[in-house]
Amino acid sequence: MGSESLIVDTATRIFRDFCDPQTVNRAADDAWKAPAWAALEEAGLTLAWVPETQGGAGADLADGFAVLRETGRFAVALPLAETLLAGWLLARAGIASAKGAMTCGPTRDGERLTLAGNGTLSGALRAVPFAKGAKHLAVLARREAGGSAVALIEAAQARVGEGTSIGGDPLNTLSFNGARPSSVKDAPADLDEQAMLLMGAAARAMQMAGALEAILDLSVAYANERIAFERAIAKFQAVQHNLARLAGEVAVAIAAAGSAADAIANTPAFDEAVFLEAASAKIRVGEAATEGAAIAHQVLGAIGFTKEHTLHRFTRRLWAWRDDFGNESFWAVKLGHLVAAKGADELWPMLAER
Amino acid sequence: MATELTFDPVRLPPECVALRKEVRAFLAKEMEAGTLNANIGGGIDGAFSEEFSRKVGAKGWIGMTWPKKYGGRERSFLERFVVTEEFRVANAPVRLHFVADRQSGPVILKYGSERVKADILPRICKGEVCFAIGMSEPNSGSDLFAAKTKATKTKGGWLINGTKIWTSSAHHAHYLIGLFRTSPPSKENRRHGLTQFVVDMKTPGIQVNPVYQMTGQHDFNEVVFQDAFMPDDHVLGEVDGAWKQATSELAYERSGPERFLETFYVLTDLVRVLGEKPDTRGAEGIGRLVAQVHSLRRMSVSVAGMLHAGKEPVVEAAIVKDVGTIWEQKLPHKARDLAAFVEEGSANRATFEQQMTYATMIAPKLTIQGGTTEILRGIIARGLGLR
Repeated sequence: MGSESLIVDTATRIFRDFCDPQTVNRAADDAWKAPAWAALEEAGLTLAWVPETQGGAGADLADGFAVLRETGRFAVALPLAETLLAGWLLARAGIASAKGAMTCGPTRDGERLTLAGNGTLSGALRAVPFAKGAKHLAVLARREAGGSAVALIEAAQARVGEGTSIGGDPLNTLSFNGARPSSVKDAPADLDEQAMLLMGAAARAMQMAGALEAILDLSVAYANERIAFERAIAKFQAVQHNLARLAGEVAVAIAAAGSAADAIANTPAFDEAVFLEAASAKIRVGEAATEGAAIAHQVLGAIGFTKEHTLHRFTRRLWAWRDDFGNESFWAVKLGHLVAAKGADELWPMLAER
Repeated sequence: MATELTFDPVRLPPECVALRKEVRAFLAKEMEAGTLNANIGGGIDGAFSEEFSRKVGAKGWIGMTWPKKYGGRERSFLERFVVTEEFRVANAPVRLHFVADRQSGPVILKYGSERVKADILPRICKGEVCFAIGMSEPNSGSDLFAAKTKATKTKGGWLINGTKIWTSSAHHAHYLIGLFRTSPPSKENRRHGLTQFVVDMKTPGIQVNPVYQMTGQHDFNEVVFQDAFMPDDHVLGEVDGAWKQATSELAYERSGPERFLETFYVLTDLVRVLGEKPDTRGAEGIGRLVAQVHSLRRMSVSVAGMLHAGKEPVVEAAIVKDVGTIWEQKLPHKARDLAAFVEEGSANRATFEQQMTYATMIAPKLTIQGGTTEILRGIIARGLGLR
């Protein structure tokens, strides 16, 4: 636990110094990004999930997830989550990470990349966060001969489409047509596309939980400052009850995301318990993002709808993050089918597992 | 950060896993014997069983966190959590002892006189004692501090006069923990002047009148006090100072899994009625409900962990009850939507509909009992620094 606070404190300090939402929101261009990324790299945060023997920081999964919650709290517009996930994927296969920003795939349901017998990679991914700007890509692919592999490949080897998410960050199509990875290794047995999505889902859930915490803080502070009808709007019961509802959604998000991260960090493989935890977290935190963003915008009124205010830095990312690594409906259908196939009498034992 | 909500992930320790097995084996045996049916929503009258409560007491699962000196087992709050949720999901008839186990016993343990503790607590642990809670009055419900029922000092004790209402189980109860007015409120503090007593329901001058519920069941009562005598040592805590004692118990009362699992059978039966291969709409509906109840349970486990660690997560507990009861209240209506296209006469449909009738009817009470949504949101708003 001691190391957790050190890593998280470091991340928080860097975000405060280099990614302050107010400062970033006022910035005329992206000049803030390079020094912020350099500071994160310098502190070893970008490769937190890569073992020290492979040039990473060798942090616990739990520490990395806690850092991701902080990226949400600051609405960090950098590919830190993506680079962490890419590093994790590569490390699971024993591939040393590359320097610089990375991203990973597949990120959506049903996507498959193929690795031919001659070692070349083919296939397309529909929506890869921060592919534009990434130096390297870490992907999971199916070998033509059977089995799965993890590949590290230079971004220049892929065709990267233009695109921006509703959060304002790059979201790109990626296609490989006989591209040559710089490194390929077999994926561990439990690591398939679904495991990749579950890991990403837990990561996004943590980020959303952090962003929800931030909009609760923003909303409470604003309600206490803003005077209308000769008193702070925080004194109106209707506003209080809206904020109490927001706090409820934030609480569920923290609990669900934290529980999923804890399950992944303490379970050796992506088993059914991890599936329940990560899928539930993505569903419920996604729902909280929808509800929470709506309430925060209602409390902040017109000012919250301006470019000048920082609220949109959080709410737009909340909306965007709902869609990455499987949205609420996708996971709900999967979870519903699992529960139905197991049968009614198995539902409670499954829920009471942890 | 202005507002710090804490819900650290808590994994139930190994002793809980072992205990859960033991509890399930016990419940399975009772199911076989026909004492309970997990798949039939409990009618309140049916939920009251002297025989069952005594068996649970003999197992050591009532007052299980209390000191051995008073009949308890000194087990952890997380172990109690496991017993509570397994019993709730199995629809076990725990009505006789549950209120005593959850709140009355802990209040007595903290504020009762030695004589009262030694007399009552061991009998609660044996499953012999039913408690009611005498808070609400005809003109004071959520506004507890408007209570008017009076306790007037007399030689060796107090005389109670007035009326309590909505008092669940009072017609079965051996005791009631009542909130009575011992002084007028002070100018500085309108909450001043109320005192908690443990009332022996056999005391002359107490009359219990039924108030039937919209389901047709008898759970509520009106309790009328006419010069009912309470000995001095039946005062709980400080005279005139009950308001200081109310807050910490609320975390126990509000965050438990029973707050959102009372009609869990609706979800189980929904899964049953939609079958092994539901369509996409059915699967998505089940998936969302399961994700939601899973998340609620993880919150509730987290609060149990904080209580276990000696913290007082009052705001977090209020949030669990607020979010949990709103969820459970919507559950039968969502289940109804999702089952809309299940064919007439198909397997399990009749049972499902029978369950739904009861669950739908009791849904309105979930957000009223034990602190209304409005009261909870007021507590949360205060915790956020808005009041």
